[in-house]
Amino acid sequence: MESRTPSRRTFLSLSMGLPLGAALAACGTSGPAPSGGGASGGAAGGNGGGGGKASYWFLQGPPGEAPRTAAVERFNKANPNGQIAITTIQNDAYKTKIKTAIGANQAPTIIWGWGGGGLRSYVQAGQVEDLTSWFGENAAVKDRLFPGAFGAATIDGKIYAMPCETVQPIVLFYNKRVFEKVGVQPPQSYGDILDLVKKFNAAGIAPFSLAGQSRWTNMMWLEFLFDRIGGPEVFQAVFDGEKDAWNNPASIEALTKMQELIKANGFIRGFSSVTADSNADQALLYTGKAAMMLHGSWSYGIQQEQGGDIVSSGGLGWMNFPGVDGGKGDPSNTVGNPGQYLSISSKATPEEKEIAKKFFATGVLDDAEQKQWVETGGVPIVKGSDKLFAGSKDAEFLNFVYGVASNAKVFAQSWDQALSPTAAEVLLDNIAKLFQLSISPQQFATNMNAVIGK
Amino acid sequence: MSAISARRTSSAAATRGGGVLPWLALPALVAFAVFALIPLIGVLLLSFTSWDTLGEIQLSGLESWKSVLTDPGLPHALWVTFLIMLLSWAFQTPASILIGVFLAGRQRYRELLAVLYFIPLLLSSAAIAITFKALLDPNFGLGAGLGLDFLTQDWLGEPGLAFGVVIFVVSWQYIPFHSLLYQGGVRQIPRSLYEAAELDGAGRVRMFFSITLPQLKYTIITSSTLMLVGSLTFFDLIFVLTEGGPGDATRALALDMYKRGFQANLMGAACVIGVILVLVGLALALLLRRIGGRDPYASQLEGA
Repeated sequence: MESRTPSRRTFLSLSMGLPLGAALAACGTSGPAPSGGGASGGAAGGNGGGGGKASYWFLQGPPGEAPRTAAVERFNKANPNGQIAITTIQNDAYKTKIKTAIGANQAPTIIWGWGGGGLRSYVQAGQVEDLTSWFGENAAVKDRLFPGAFGAATIDGKIYAMPCETVQPIVLFYNKRVFEKVGVQPPQSYGDILDLVKKFNAAGIAPFSLAGQSRWTNMMWLEFLFDRIGGPEVFQAVFDGEKDAWNNPASIEALTKMQELIKANGFIRGFSSVTADSNADQALLYTGKAAMMLHGSWSYGIQQEQGGDIVSSGGLGWMNFPGVDGGKGDPSNTVGNPGQYLSISSKATPEEKEIAKKFFATGVLDDAEQKQWVETGGVPIVKGSDKLFAGSKDAEFLNFVYGVASNAKVFAQSWDQALSPTAAEVLLDNIAKLFQLSISPQQFATNMNAVIGK
Repeated sequence: MSAISARRTSSAAATRGGGVLPWLALPALVAFAVFALIPLIGVLLLSFTSWDTLGEIQLSGLESWKSVLTDPGLPHALWVTFLIMLLSWAFQTPASILIGVFLAGRQRYRELLAVLYFIPLLLSSAAIAITFKALLDPNFGLGAGLGLDFLTQDWLGEPGLAFGVVIFVVSWQYIPFHSLLYQGGVRQIPRSLYEAAELDGAGRVRMFFSITLPQLKYTIITSSTLMLVGSLTFFDLIFVLTEGGPGDATRALALDMYKRGFQANLMGAACVIGVILVLVGLALALLLRRIGGRDPYASQLEGA
């Protein structure tokens, strides 16, 4: 009989190893992670390496990798005594890796990021340099960039990052062919949108494409409705950690309008199971199954690439989100990504910090880099970069984006980037439920009030 | 015959090598300590801290525990986990038994079919999830492509449907494995039992219920334990397929843990969930052992 005991025990440990393994796979990595980050930091040339070399990590892949790399190469050629070593990392891996590296005091000298809530957590952990006085001394560096780009770089009145790269506002795209077919005009106000919803539904075309499963896509709607109805102050109060800020009457009104639009079949049937990663929402627009779509300006490039002749034949229309009648917000306001952000690690040596600052002043968004961004269909966040659009086949769209970005009274950062990761996760969850109609506007506000300031 | 000789050798080994056996177990024990015990202790310790994965790890006593245990999301996640466990078991077990019994025949074509049936298990969960997601897309998926209206549902957008899809896809992936278990189980049933039944004039159905099913009792317990305890860890598939949605309809415990730890940066709270998962898994395995009787994993061969 005893011969059976070991087999039973191994079987039990085998069966129980499953949940243990999963529990540990998720949590256990928190233990060994810092050493892993340390190793990669070391491999990347880290901050402890030989003098005279600053390190810089950023995202791999098109369209950004080429202009970023080229800018560093030009800088290195011009500064033989203060070189920058780059490491490129895939999007999702980058997000984890940079966090781990910073947590383990192994951050690169130059930290590439999205500003906002993520930057705030770096600041609170004392990991990035305060650049306020440097920008004061180098006013020319600051003045040539879009002022709106500095919001997401500013935490409690101090600037912790250098805005860079391109501006990406959220745009209301529409399919001109579908509009012609139904015989209607693009909306001038939110009231027009509601009328269009009825007309398109009657014609058997979905009024709006929406990738609801991705959640941040739904968020873009709330961002605009909040702004147009109550002005940018409503979300600013949330961002500033004001108590019960989501209970603002404008906020409840916007949330109620949102659910009304969903109930009126404003969005494609089954939008909760459409995902943005597969670009299914874009496909709905360019195939004419849906008439309109609220999406980031990067959608232009995707439709150009995948949407057949929709862009080249002039079938794609675009506009800023219209105003809501009686709303307080300025219809010139916009939301999205006001830029990308470069911070300097506070753990870097003074020598490395000097190199980084020199790069910020002379290398970032130099003329050649601006030209390259325009070629990829981006609008550099430099005043007057619209001069570069002249020869481009995308000049019309680029000029539109430039106009929106430079004329916006307020260019707010996307909420999930602006908030801390903790609050952003709760936000996205509640947005999904709001669009599912499984919670009321008041419940949404209550749930969100619980995580204000977290 | 083989069973008798097997017993002889194993009992001989037990008497002859009583002192050697613990040493043989050493590699397993070391692996268990390194990959299970030490991380488990780490998780337990981390559950008493607050850590945003960025700054210093700080002791915060029972704060994370309090925040998780008072969160209405926890009972929901437990309920979802339990429901997925139960439904996927109820769906997989009969299907696996039937396929397993069918495949236990000795014909050539059944060997070939067994290989074909086994393919889903060889695919990665992520690939399966992405494929099903594409097939079920209400606008560009199978239903729209073939013009079949009943297939054109909001599969992953309605809580009930999404739940059903998760159960189906999980089952699709794991039924092959359990069928294989049952196939092995059926082949172990002595032919003499069927021969006797045939003499008594029993039909196929009667033989299935009176011989096959009772003889498979322990295989059923084994397979059910693997299914039930294993279902606690469903993560990758749900993560890719629904991300816990719509809303939080399919947000099971393992997914909840990931979201708290790596998306909301609450490592302390995630570790609390991890500990809860371990406890649930432990309780479940012990419970199944009790239900299974005293000796569920022993051989049932004649003479053993």
